[in-house]
Amino acid sequence: MEIRRGIAVSPGVAMGPALVLGSEGFRVPKRMVQVDAVDSEVQRFRAALEESVQEILLHEQLAAARLGPHYGAIFAAHRELARDPKLSTEIERLIRERNFSPEFACSRVLRQHARTLQNLGDRYFAERANDLFDLEKRLLRHLLGEPREEPMQLNQPALLLAHNLTPSETANLDRRFVLGFSTEIGGKSSHTAILAGALGLPAVVGVGPFLANVAGGETVIIDGNDGLVIIDPDEETVARYRDADARQKSVAIRLKSLGPLKAETLDGVEIKLFGNIEFPSEVDHCVQCGAAGIGLYRTEFLYLDGGCEPTEQQHYEAYCRVARAFPGRPVVIRTLDLGAEKFPDSMQQVIEASPNPTLGLRSLRLTLQNLPMFKTQLRAILRAASQGDIRIMFPLVSTLLELRQAKWILADVSEDLQEEGIEHNPRIPVGMMVEVPSAAILADEFAREVDFFSIGTNDLIQYTLGVDRANPAVSHLYSSADPSVCRLIRQVVAAAERHRVSVSVCGQMSSDCLFTALLVGMGLRELSVSPNSILEVKQAVRSMTIAQAREIASRAEIFDVSRDLESYLRGELSRFSPELVH
Amino acid sequence: MNPQSSHACEVVVMLEHGLHLSPAAQIVKTAQGFRASLIIQKGDRKIDGKSMLDLMTLAAERGCRLRLEAEGEDAEQALKAVVALFESNFGLVLPSNSQASG
Repeated sequence: MEIRRGIAVSPGVAMGPALVLGSEGFRVPKRMVQVDAVDSEVQRFRAALEESVQEILLHEQLAAARLGPHYGAIFAAHRELARDPKLSTEIERLIRERNFSPEFACSRVLRQHARTLQNLGDRYFAERANDLFDLEKRLLRHLLGEPREEPMQLNQPALLLAHNLTPSETANLDRRFVLGFSTEIGGKSSHTAILAGALGLPAVVGVGPFLANVAGGETVIIDGNDGLVIIDPDEETVARYRDADARQKSVAIRLKSLGPLKAETLDGVEIKLFGNIEFPSEVDHCVQCGAAGIGLYRTEFLYLDGGCEPTEQQHYEAYCRVARAFPGRPVVIRTLDLGAEKFPDSMQQVIEASPNPTLGLRSLRLTLQNLPMFKTQLRAILRAASQGDIRIMFPLVSTLLELRQAKWILADVSEDLQEEGIEHNPRIPVGMMVEVPSAAILADEFAREVDFFSIGTNDLIQYTLGVDRANPAVSHLYSSADPSVCRLIRQVVAAAERHRVSVSVCGQMSSDCLFTALLVGMGLRELSVSPNSILEVKQAVRSMTIAQAREIASRAEIFDVSRDLESYLRGELSRFSPELVH
Repeated sequence: MNPQSSHACEVVVMLEHGLHLSPAAQIVKTAQGFRASLIIQKGDRKIDGKSMLDLMTLAAERGCRLRLEAEGEDAEQALKAVVALFESNFGLVLPSNSQASG
């Protein structure tokens, strides 16, 4: 048994056989070629090789320019490898003499060498096998002319273990066969993580190198609650997880009965619970749980799926679908909230390594510098707003000027639609995410210029404490219960009340029922939570009175360290709703 | 100049992680700049010093003794250039537990 610790990004536990994703997933369409096609197949291989060499060269130049010569050297070495005549001779011989398809021949030759390295017994050299797999993948991609499609090829339930999964790959996972997944790299706020939550798949990322220790088919437990990956668990561990699973299922059944009930405190005050969604398909789940609407519709997936920018019509259709599922209830659409590094691009890995991406060109900052792309989305939102109660929200606003600029562009787009005689809603409610401390501090000023606030705790905590929670070395400093964060939330709620604008919380904090009483006690009457948490939070709301919540919030002010506040809140939760304590 | 000129010597790998990707690429690039062939021998295994694939799979770890053999008209210069790479430790910092002077 081996226990590895990673970052828990999507709750739940999954147990089953491991499917280790190296480059196996590339489906080699055929293994043999016709004898008379050998010459043209060799040509096809040479072309793919040349394309690969060019691609590596591009990476080399970009990496050297952006990150320094040291990084460029890695790609330079890859290029030497790709250009090694020994390699191409070996591959071509298999095509000519044994009539192997170029795909099969590449795979076979590179894998043979990779195996040699892996069998040397030296950990460091064994990892170099990845460099050979990397070239294999690259060659296969050029030969097949398509992105890898491995996760979709599953036909029996398994736990997916991979070095990395791209957001599109995650989104395409077949929930019938994928029980959970774990990756060597990645962090809590990555889109892969958010998608895992949306799909309801237990997931642990950022585990570090561990794939070499797992054989395909070996039993693995992915514990998405505690962030553990257990390889080859012993009987005792298996039994422990089975028990916990049974208990959780019985709580889940009880919670299900809450679906049609209101999220009302014991003294009859309604707390509006909205859903946070990533895909239009998630609305059904929100409807079943009795959500009051969608408090956060993340639109990034539209950009990440398929690898190219979505058209106005694609935006429009996705938005209308969500609005139609919730007739008469609000749907808050957040404009593109991606970092430049998140764009689907073969350079992703390289750019991700650039210093301080979270302080860089992302989100609203990115869209304000890419107006045609921004306007396409704004047009679609304004048009869809004529079909339902759709509202628009700008993410990562850090200054008033940015907000004004975004609003000005929105007005401009509305005017265009007016002139073109296209149906839209020019009076769409406009809100903003409060997730940069500057926006929380100037909440009074911002409140005069928006219709609503939504407090994005994930980034607010990250920026307030200056902590990247994906970095295991400092992630212990990241806490929703930090007194500094709580004070900022109080200030924002107070400012919203003074200016009569509505305010909700949409970060991970609102999805954790540990904080429900605190947030309600601070004066929040709207929470936007992940679909999987709606029922739990509803249960928490239904088991307290407003007076109790206020008492808890007022006592919470005493604590000056997050650990004490958290244990106080845990004590309170176990007092009024013990079944919700994990 | 003697076209059959042959030169050989031994070197020790001092790199912390052995002769990995980037030093291997430096050897290949350097060797390719000469007409002479370069054979690298580790134990009984002989490989082509101009082949990245060979060098990678040679897996020469730290402390490993290698025999370098160059053959051809510019063998002497080729050997010197490659030995210089080893002597400069490929421009990389020596592992901290190695002896530092001063």
